[in-house]
Amino acid sequence: MPVPAIELKNITKTFGSIIANKDVSLSASRGEILALLGENGSGKTTLMNMIAGIYYPDSGQIFIDGKEVVIASPKDAFRYKIGMIHQHFKLVDVFSAAENIVLGLNEKERFDIAKVNEKVRTISETYGFEIDPAKKIYEMSVSEKQTVEIIKVLYRGADILILDEPTAVLTPQETRKLFAVLRRMRDAGKAVIIITHKLHEVLALSDKVAVLRKGEYIGTVLTKDTNENQLTEMMVGKKVSLNIDRAEPKDPQDRLTVTALDAVNRDGVKVLDDVSFVARSGEILGIAGIAGSGQRELLEAIAGLQKVGSGSIIYHDPKTGVDEDLRNKTPLEIRDLGVRLSFVPEDRLGMGLVGDMDIVDNMMLRSYSKGRSFFVERRSPKSLAEKIIEQLEVVTPGVSTPVRRLSGGNVQKVLVGREIAAAPTVFMAAYPVRGLDINSSYTIYNLLNAQKESGVAVIFVGEDLDVLLELCDRILVIGSGKVTGIVDGRTATKEEIGLLMTKSDHIEGLHEEGGSANE
Amino acid sequence: MSDLNNKAPAPEKLPASPAPEAEKKVREPLFHIVKRAGIPRLKAWGIRVVAILLALLLNALIIHWLTGLDPLAVYKSMFDGSFSTSRKFWVLLQNTAMLLCIALAVTPCYKMRFWNLGAEGQVLIGALSSGALMFYVGDKLPSGVLIALMLGAALLSGILWAGFPALFKARFGTNETLFTLMMNYVAIQLVNTMIAIWVPSGSGVLGIMNSRTNNGWLPTVFGQKYALNIIIVSLLTVFMFIYLKYSKHGYEIAVVGESENTARYIGINVRKVVIRTAALSGCIAGLAGFLLMAGSAHTVSNTIAGGNGFTAVLVSWLAKFNPFVMILTSLLIEFLQKGAGEIAQAFRLSSDIADIATGIILFFIIGCEFFLNYRIMFRHKAQKEGK
Amino acid sequence: MLAVLASFLHSSIVQGIPLLFGATGEILTEKSGHLNLGIPGIMYVGGISGIVGGYLYEHFCERPVALLCILIPLVCSLLGSGLMALIYCFLTVTLRANQNVTGLALTTFGTGIGNFLGGSLLSFFGESGSISLLTIGKWYKAYPVFADKLGVFGEIFCSYGFLAYLAVIVALLVHYFLNKTRAGLNLRSVGENPATADAAGINVTRYKYWSTVIGGMIAGLGGLYFVMDYTGGTWTNNGFGDRGWLAIAIVIFALWKPARAIWCSFVFGGLYICAVLIPGLSSAAKEVIKMAPYLVTIVVLVLSSVHNRRENQPPASLGLNYFREDR
Repeated sequence: MPVPAIELKNITKTFGSIIANKDVSLSASRGEILALLGENGSGKTTLMNMIAGIYYPDSGQIFIDGKEVVIASPKDAFRYKIGMIHQHFKLVDVFSAAENIVLGLNEKERFDIAKVNEKVRTISETYGFEIDPAKKIYEMSVSEKQTVEIIKVLYRGADILILDEPTAVLTPQETRKLFAVLRRMRDAGKAVIIITHKLHEVLALSDKVAVLRKGEYIGTVLTKDTNENQLTEMMVGKKVSLNIDRAEPKDPQDRLTVTALDAVNRDGVKVLDDVSFVARSGEILGIAGIAGSGQRELLEAIAGLQKVGSGSIIYHDPKTGVDEDLRNKTPLEIRDLGVRLSFVPEDRLGMGLVGDMDIVDNMMLRSYSKGRSFFVERRSPKSLAEKIIEQLEVVTPGVSTPVRRLSGGNVQKVLVGREIAAAPTVFMAAYPVRGLDINSSYTIYNLLNAQKESGVAVIFVGEDLDVLLELCDRILVIGSGKVTGIVDGRTATKEEIGLLMTKSDHIEGLHEEGGSANE
Repeated sequence: MSDLNNKAPAPEKLPASPAPEAEKKVREPLFHIVKRAGIPRLKAWGIRVVAILLALLLNALIIHWLTGLDPLAVYKSMFDGSFSTSRKFWVLLQNTAMLLCIALAVTPCYKMRFWNLGAEGQVLIGALSSGALMFYVGDKLPSGVLIALMLGAALLSGILWAGFPALFKARFGTNETLFTLMMNYVAIQLVNTMIAIWVPSGSGVLGIMNSRTNNGWLPTVFGQKYALNIIIVSLLTVFMFIYLKYSKHGYEIAVVGESENTARYIGINVRKVVIRTAALSGCIAGLAGFLLMAGSAHTVSNTIAGGNGFTAVLVSWLAKFNPFVMILTSLLIEFLQKGAGEIAQAFRLSSDIADIATGIILFFIIGCEFFLNYRIMFRHKAQKEGK
Repeated sequence: MLAVLASFLHSSIVQGIPLLFGATGEILTEKSGHLNLGIPGIMYVGGISGIVGGYLYEHFCERPVALLCILIPLVCSLLGSGLMALIYCFLTVTLRANQNVTGLALTTFGTGIGNFLGGSLLSFFGESGSISLLTIGKWYKAYPVFADKLGVFGEIFCSYGFLAYLAVIVALLVHYFLNKTRAGLNLRSVGENPATADAAGINVTRYKYWSTVIGGMIAGLGGLYFVMDYTGGTWTNNGFGDRGWLAIAIVIFALWKPARAIWCSFVFGGLYICAVLIPGLSSAAKEVIKMAPYLVTIVVLVLSSVHNRRENQPPASLGLNYFREDR
């Protein structure tokens, strides 16, 4: 067996008390595509960042071509011909593709953009990219930007390429082109590592699959010897019992009916595609899916923060029985309709709260405009703040502490407490336990359950399948902006949801022409 | 920094404790800078006071070097510049009040992170429009009516001058710093033009208007010419403090300034708040122009604001946008101006030394903010804290 | 008629040169993402430093030599304005202070230094009256003798002191640097997106320092040209007026392109001077004409934001300080 281009041995990396990678060993050879598979938060990106010189491992060894190396900075990584294409592009918008590609390079020869353009064209032809080196980044589509990032790495002579979820932002056609390019790179003798959680892509593209789960290395299998079910099982693991109480829904009634919702984001990419579902009172509706599949846009569309193309969002008022369409209304208009909608957004300090304001002022965010007085009224927000601090056991020096200074769990308690205090009829929470410790997480679960039992329609976007399965009455699975299934939280299995999450429409031509190894 | 999401922290912040080989191979810089989560208020003001004292010391040394005066005597004669006669004292109060008034004008904008550098022009245009009324109908109307009209015209023109850039900022995202800056010079030229029209001799000096009838002059209070201005600005200070801290408008300004995303989330109409706040800013600047015109100068010239439109930015910023603290910062700057002027006069130096002294103080206060917002972590200390 | 036109063009260019220096310096600075509102103050210091250097040389030297008459004020001017820019840089880049506030303070400070030294320099040496360095001024104003023989052409193109040509050359050099060199590309990336530049291995702090200090020095030459060439070696307090702010206006008008700044400066210079040159204008009309540069700048600013063409926008991170750990 040839010496692998890159080999990791027993890599461990911790951030504070969180173990991001534990004893991970894997290798990739030249002329081979390795897929690194795992759920969100399984430590894939952290692992690859260590190869790219962004993080430094706590322990373990890295070998390049059989020799042990130290990669302490991105520059070191360049020296070992390692190039990583990050999920978030690092490009200067007003520069042309070629200008971005040579940015920061210290080449000896005189700078001549025409020569650079020529070199970029040569690389493009070798690997089958279609790119105009003189085109400005801001005129480019997402896939073109990604191409620029890939060429940037190749221009610097990379032999080992790492791509972090490259297909997340691409259309099926673009994905197909990318895969063709990656295969050509493999055939040119480069080692390619692709981080992904889409099973069909893994099966279509890779030669080898390494699976991570919760920071641990599960194993490596040859793509030709495996199938979707085996990979799903490796990825999600066995079910873990969490002992979260779940009451039977009492007298559920339709509260929110979403029908055929479409939306595009600022780049013109479709983020919601024909989404339909019903949220009922006295029930927790879970939303599962790979991060960035449209969960945020869905909640923001309901809350009046995301523009919607077509479809409807009908709210059934429990008191008056009137139906209101919330589509493309502002948050203020929604409130003025008498719709009591609470929303705990994913970005707590950037959206849900104002970091530099104290707890009392943050309590007022929702309610400050009430009444005709010119002045804000701080007495009731203050008593609300005190009540929340007491009931939710928020650890803080006092009510006048800026929320930025609180720990993550306490910030979230303040936010959730405020949203619950608005006595909502619909309660939406996006990743409400992300970054929280066990105790704070259970506090949040209990609060959600209490809301449900008091007849609120709760929508819960989560990432941990075990939690979703124990907390939710029904689980809506979303993939690439589409609803791929709605399952019963009491009977569904992890594998079932895992498959739905990674399922998307079959893409023609993902597999190699003439069908090889894996068919 | 938010450390709530599951993103791993930046590598610079990681404790470099484990794996001896890592320590050996990774060169850590001697020190690195981290952002403070917050700083106790007392400590913050302590740092500022130290910075001001250091600056005053440096100033005294420079003046000592230039004049041979011993540093203590420098400060004695600086005191004389402001307090030796009751007239000097009243002038100090009047100047402080006007500077404060303009600083109050720009404050709501800055709290909203709207960089209004156009206060100079907004004051000028206020003074010009009230001056125009005095020029054209100054002897045809009873003083009370005239004053009311002048006030109205000043406020309105100030609102226009600030509202215009805000409109474009809200609608098209036009850079407000550059826009408001340019508006200053349009106002200056407008003043020059009007004076050229009003003074046919071409001397370019309008001269005091209605000096015989005092028509359209603000009345004296307690026998003091400047007392009314000072009272009005004091009331305005209290108003602005309450407006920013206790009104719904003030709350919206704070939210928009801190995070536009949050403002959207709770349904604040950001455009409306931007335009409204800029208009308020211009309105108060217009008032300052009116007070300068009707309350003390009784004439119009392009130096009526005297650069205070820019100094006010510094006054407001140094006080962290707190109107009451702004009393102190504007007093400090005016005191320096008067004191250095006094020394310059005594030693036949150019009175512009006041600007140098002010500049030095400003540099120190501006620089010391760094130590309020960031902390320097030295290598060994960082490691200890990491463990 | 032709003679009138030639003399008008000549005056416009003379008026435009200080503006061009200021605008070129500010463009270089802004390309690193720093809005230096201290430029007016720096230009004052650039002028007075040259005056002080020249005065000392004339004062202590019996027979001034032409070369030193030019070099000493030039070097002093560069040092003075470079130091001013360094203050700004230290505060905004290293200490990450608010750029607008620092810039305004620098302008107060610089104007103060200019006027103070200008007003007190003679009294330090027991002289009175006003500063007048005619010998040095003469050398700064010197132009080739053949210019006079070339008639109109000579008047328009050849009749300026060397600093005027330097202004155009520097603007072209900066243009070349920004658009055609590796370092220029890197600098622009720092002003557009410092995080990306940082990730690409560019030393963001170093680029910011160099561009701000060199930009300040270039702007300072505008002050030197004004006191040495335009006024022939004399100083009047506040004589430089608001030319510094006009230079900042030109940066906008030229859409952050130094080569464009050349003709923009001359146009602004022309507007500045035509009020004086057009016969029979009322003084009010003259003032209205002087308003024009600012009005057209506003129009350009608004139009470029309405059209939102990416090439014509200010550097994307203009006014924002960079701290690597803010992500």
